[in-house]
Amino acid sequence: MMTGLSSNGETIRLKTLKELAEREQRELRFQGGHSLCAGCGVPLVVRTVLNAIDTPVVVVNATGCLEVATTRYPSTAWNVPWLHVAFENAAAAASGVEAAFRVLNRKRKNGRPIPFDLPEDVRIIAFGGDGGTYDIGLQALSGALERGHRFTYICYDNEAYMNTGNQRSGATPPLAHTTTTPVGEQSLGKLQQRKDLTEIAVAHHVPYVAQASISNWQDLVRKIQMAVQVDGPSFLNVLAPCQRGWGYDPSQTVEIARLAVETCFWPLYEVIDGEYRLNYRPRKPLPIAEWVKTQGRFRHLLRPENRHLLDALQEQVNREWERLLRKCEGRLLEV
Amino acid sequence: MTLVVTPRLEAAQLLTGAQAVAHAMRQIEPDVVPVYPITPQTPIIEEFAQMVADGRCDTEIINVESEHSAMSAAVGASVAGARVMTATASQGLALMIEVLYIAASMRCPIVMPLGNRALSGPINIHCDHSDAMLARDSGAVQIFTENGQEAYDYTLMAVRLAEDQRVLLPVIVNLDGFTLTHSAEAVELLPDEVARAFVGHYRPLYPLLDTARPTTQGPFDMPDFYYEHKRQQDEAMRGVLEVFPEVQRAYAEATGRNYRGYYEAYRLDDADFAVVVLGSTAGTAKVVVDTLRDEGQRVGLLKLWLFRPFPHAAVAEALRGKQAVAVMDRALSFGSWGPLFTEIAAALYGLPEAKRPRLHNFTYGLGGRDVTPDQIAEALTRIQDPRTPAVMRYLGVRA
Ligand SMILES: Cc1ncc(C[n+]2csc(CCOP(=O)(O)OP(=O)(O)O)c2C)c(N)n1
Repeated sequence: MMTGLSSNGETIRLKTLKELAEREQRELRFQGGHSLCAGCGVPLVVRTVLNAIDTPVVVVNATGCLEVATTRYPSTAWNVPWLHVAFENAAAAASGVEAAFRVLNRKRKNGRPIPFDLPEDVRIIAFGGDGGTYDIGLQALSGALERGHRFTYICYDNEAYMNTGNQRSGATPPLAHTTTTPVGEQSLGKLQQRKDLTEIAVAHHVPYVAQASISNWQDLVRKIQMAVQVDGPSFLNVLAPCQRGWGYDPSQTVEIARLAVETCFWPLYEVIDGEYRLNYRPRKPLPIAEWVKTQGRFRHLLRPENRHLLDALQEQVNREWERLLRKCEGRLLEV
Repeated sequence: MTLVVTPRLEAAQLLTGAQAVAHAMRQIEPDVVPVYPITPQTPIIEEFAQMVADGRCDTEIINVESEHSAMSAAVGASVAGARVMTATASQGLALMIEVLYIAASMRCPIVMPLGNRALSGPINIHCDHSDAMLARDSGAVQIFTENGQEAYDYTLMAVRLAEDQRVLLPVIVNLDGFTLTHSAEAVELLPDEVARAFVGHYRPLYPLLDTARPTTQGPFDMPDFYYEHKRQQDEAMRGVLEVFPEVQRAYAEATGRNYRGYYEAYRLDDADFAVVVLGSTAGTAKVVVDTLRDEGQRVGLLKLWLFRPFPHAAVAEALRGKQAVAVMDRALSFGSWGPLFTEIAAALYGLPEAKRPRLHNFTYGLGGRDVTPDQIAEALTRIQDPRTPAVMRYLGVRA
């Protein structure tokens, strides 16, 4: 039996792959028939997340690939209540859903008849891409985290605006080629750093924040279980590679996500009530080049004359990794 | 069609429009109210927050971080299955606009008092109707009110209207900034039981929180369905023309307050010349009409309550056969006629030529500029000369 620690120090039992598969047999919360690309990392996030939760859920979805490709009227891939309002307001709309649940539940307890089948308990999950979360939706996210609504916001980070065809976002790594930071005679791709959204979420003093990857599904499942049980907001940033935007063969999605973790480019960690814990420590971190060379968007970095850029990238990854290790002070919680 | 709802003074209280609206909200007891402060709406939400803090009604107030989020949270709560209200003004409405269109398309019966205020820039906190006109094509129903009493009564009626299953649309109740929001006057509140019984319980149609019956709400439409959805939305809006008088009738039955029709016609029936206004200016216009009538001029007033949907046919009937009409716009549509004027012109276009009044457009009162009885008298006098060309004129502005 696998276990993990909950935020209040209790042990929680983790779901096994077999259990997840059985759960999906019983209730398919996210179905096939959508039009997400072959090899897209996002449906892996969604299925894993929805399957890891046992209570009824309501999903709020920001505009983006996930929303557009799963709800083309009159069909839908969602077998749970699902709401889309706009691009930048998933967290605000989720705040409204959460407040509605809280007040209706309270009024029911005080004897007011509720004219529909209001569940005893519900988990509100917001999904947004990196554009809708790091950039345009940051204000709404920040407001909702600060107000303390009980909901879990999951950013599926594919590191660019993919629904509109791979334009740079605040999550795009430096030096990546995107259609708005193209590589050319005079340009080496995106010039700026990416913002550290996970740390921005931590700075809101919310009970649970974590960074996860589709490559480490057990870790993701545990984090969801942790996130939905806290009494307040929780935030998960999940790396979800995009084969079209990143330029690789669709069969490689999970492998590339794994390389991001093994190179320490995308560390797996969680912050519980402000306490940092590292969830995975590569035995021997791979050089960043191992990750970079798998993707078309970094092709220019492999040219010999750009060796120094790759070195600079490596240095930066090292620096951030060490900073994270210091924050975690050796607290390693591996699953 | 003429009616005046005067508060019975013995039952009335001295209340600002903002307080009156806050009392309506307390009696409605919405489940969720996401709010963000902006002058001149702020006293509404402050008064209401105090009422909630004092336990006088059970509402979940969400102090959001912007009006964009206010309307977003309102949509979330409304779709979830809650009764929802919010309130705003000016820049706040401008920031909401993206989501207001969505609220209407998702058929969310959100009721929203709007403390009318000019739009930036230059920044100005005083009354005009540019904010309301910004929401003109959003799909929200729009009601304009003349005084605190109307603001109170229509806030209650707006709930019934919004939640009628033939409608299910957001309803904006406009009240002029400062003139109504901050000025105290006699307002007669209904007893709480009467108000509560009138608005009744909300029965959401497809609540998202009914997790046993999952629904996908706000999906993606291609050209094969979008157009049909917009047509349905337009039909819902047109349905308001049927439901609005029904709600007024129900209100009259429940309360004895006899509002009737899409507009108030003041000494209009036998008038040859008419002025058309929205909002608090109607009070001033009534005084002017009385004065000019005393001088023997056959003038009258048409004050619209319902601006969206626009009651074109009824307005045409009311103005049919008048010699000339002055349409008073408290907002600009840059490079065009005033927004109210274009509606009135469209309404009258179908009349036979002999019955079609000459039309004049007057812009007035932008950014809180006072509108005086003299200005309205000037408009009503000017239009009586058949040689006056029907251009847009500014009242009370320096050249
Ligand atoms: C979109 C929008 N919403 C609301 C307002 C109204 N408003 C103007 S200033 C202000 C508060 C400013 O507070 P803060 O930033 O703390 O500055 P302070 O006034 O304390 O100096 C608000 C709510 C506005 N101008 N625009």
